[in-house]
Amino acid sequence: MAAETQIKNLTVNFGPQHPAAHGVLRMVMEMDGEVVERLDPHIGLLHRGTEKLIEYKTYLQAIPYFDRLDYVSPMSLEHAFVLGAEKLLGIQPPPRGQYVRTLFAEITRLTNHLFNVPALALDIGAMTPLLWACEQREIVMEFYERVCGARLHAAYFRIGGVHQDLPAGLTDDILEWAEKMPSFIDDIETLLNENRIFKQRTVDIGTVSAEDALAWGFTGPMLRASGVPWDLRKAQPYDAYAEMDFDIPIGKHGDVYSRYLVRVEEMRQSLRIVKQCIEQLPDGPIMTEDGKVGPPSRGEMKRSMEALIHHFKLYTEGFHVPAGETYTAVEAPKGEFAVYLVSDGTNRPYRCKIRAPGFAHLQAMDFMCKGHMLADAVSVLGSIDPVFGEIDR
Amino acid sequence: MNQALEDLGDYIAGRLSEELDGHAIACDELMVTGRPDSLLKVMRFLRDDSQCLFKCLVDVCGVDYPERERRFEVVYNLLSVGHNQRIRVKVPVGESEAVPSVTSVFPSAGWFEREAWDLYGVYFSDHPDLRRILTDYGFEGHPLRKDFPLTGHVEVRYDDEQQRVVYEPVHLTQEFRTFDFLSPWEGMTRQLPGGEKAEEGES
Repeated sequence: MAAETQIKNLTVNFGPQHPAAHGVLRMVMEMDGEVVERLDPHIGLLHRGTEKLIEYKTYLQAIPYFDRLDYVSPMSLEHAFVLGAEKLLGIQPPPRGQYVRTLFAEITRLTNHLFNVPALALDIGAMTPLLWACEQREIVMEFYERVCGARLHAAYFRIGGVHQDLPAGLTDDILEWAEKMPSFIDDIETLLNENRIFKQRTVDIGTVSAEDALAWGFTGPMLRASGVPWDLRKAQPYDAYAEMDFDIPIGKHGDVYSRYLVRVEEMRQSLRIVKQCIEQLPDGPIMTEDGKVGPPSRGEMKRSMEALIHHFKLYTEGFHVPAGETYTAVEAPKGEFAVYLVSDGTNRPYRCKIRAPGFAHLQAMDFMCKGHMLADAVSVLGSIDPVFGEIDR
Repeated sequence: MNQALEDLGDYIAGRLSEELDGHAIACDELMVTGRPDSLLKVMRFLRDDSQCLFKCLVDVCGVDYPERERRFEVVYNLLSVGHNQRIRVKVPVGESEAVPSVTSVFPSAGWFEREAWDLYGVYFSDHPDLRRILTDYGFEGHPLRKDFPLTGHVEVRYDDEQQRVVYEPVHLTQEFRTFDFLSPWEGMTRQLPGGEKAEEGES
């Protein structure tokens, strides 16, 4: 007699503390055996109310909050805010400021991918790449430290340019590192590209078609891996990207493996941009010479009464931004990071909505993981590169 | 680029003259103002029309203007990968009004609308899963409204005796300070404090 067996769906709590959750993410998974039937990510465990806090801060004071959003790629996020405020103010940084920003935006992209690519590998069992990459990341963090004094929370990009000029010798060291970097990327690729286990865990996992990727609001490497050649650096260039010569890698299949390959190739392209930035780096000021926005130099401040007054007013009251609104996006390493800035003509933003790429990507987790195994959910999660600082804000 | 944007704005305004309340270009960005009742039609047109092809809804957010008659504004930012254009659709909505959810047109709207509901209390009708998203489980109020205090209403701490996290009314050792920054610097405010007396003297 064959007894009819009743199988009950099992609900599994993934997180909030889980080594493969890339932060504080809780996912409630409804499982049929080992197959994911429904996946409900609960986010907001790292919500700090950044948008509300920014409404109470001057434009300058708002910049450090952006470092703390996506703490793996801090400078790219500052970039969006700074560009948005500049658009409302109607100013442009001098060429050298633009080049330095482009240079560091690309270095930031490298650090981000240097962390994400091996973290995905670690999630699915390969430990070596992360250890190797952290060594490289350490070198990049030193560049950060030399240019702005902080390893992570840079607050280096300012409205109207950057805070300080590059210290002597930094560009040579960056160039030297950029020469060595490709061989390191080769090493990572040797370990992973043809690795049987790595491919079993990533190929044809979490496949998203180009149509679906657009409908779900994917941007950045996630969209490119699905075969859509879309990059804001090419399509709507900002700062010095229009003068740069680089290619946009796109994937063919839109699975986890394609995303991995796209990110690795992006690292190589970023190195090309880094080299071009340094070769073409113009001389001149790094900060706008509009004294109503850019602070005076230290030496000037000691001698000129006007400069002293400006310095005091800029660091207490700040500058007033003309009323208006803008949606300004940059190609952050994770995708389109944008700031929707509403100004009411005072020295503080009226509204600053932060559009985090990871928010839209994580939303599609349910869509991507349906019908996959529990272990594949980890691999898909690793491929969307979530950082909860920016998703929860 | 600018001419193309103007043409696009005129085209959309012409095709949707019934549904839209106006369009404008500011900071090189195109925005149109819509109404809740015709929002779905506008969104479908923007997505499917061959001149528009705004297939990617990148962002939805709320903005609070307490002094307006219709207090909130729901802002949709759309991206057209095909034409390399962006458009912003703004929908003014009152506190007790509902906005139709656009999840049937753009699945990516789901979480963004949940966020707007959570932070502003804008209600989206026909949303498949309108729960809070960013705030704590059991949170009360809508924190990004302008009348919600920055410090919030409750704070949490771990209670050793009860062996759990407890919620308490927020206690500030120092009053929250807001500074009046709107000082007359470089004539950025039109009227200096006390300036009206000088004008009176002249007349």
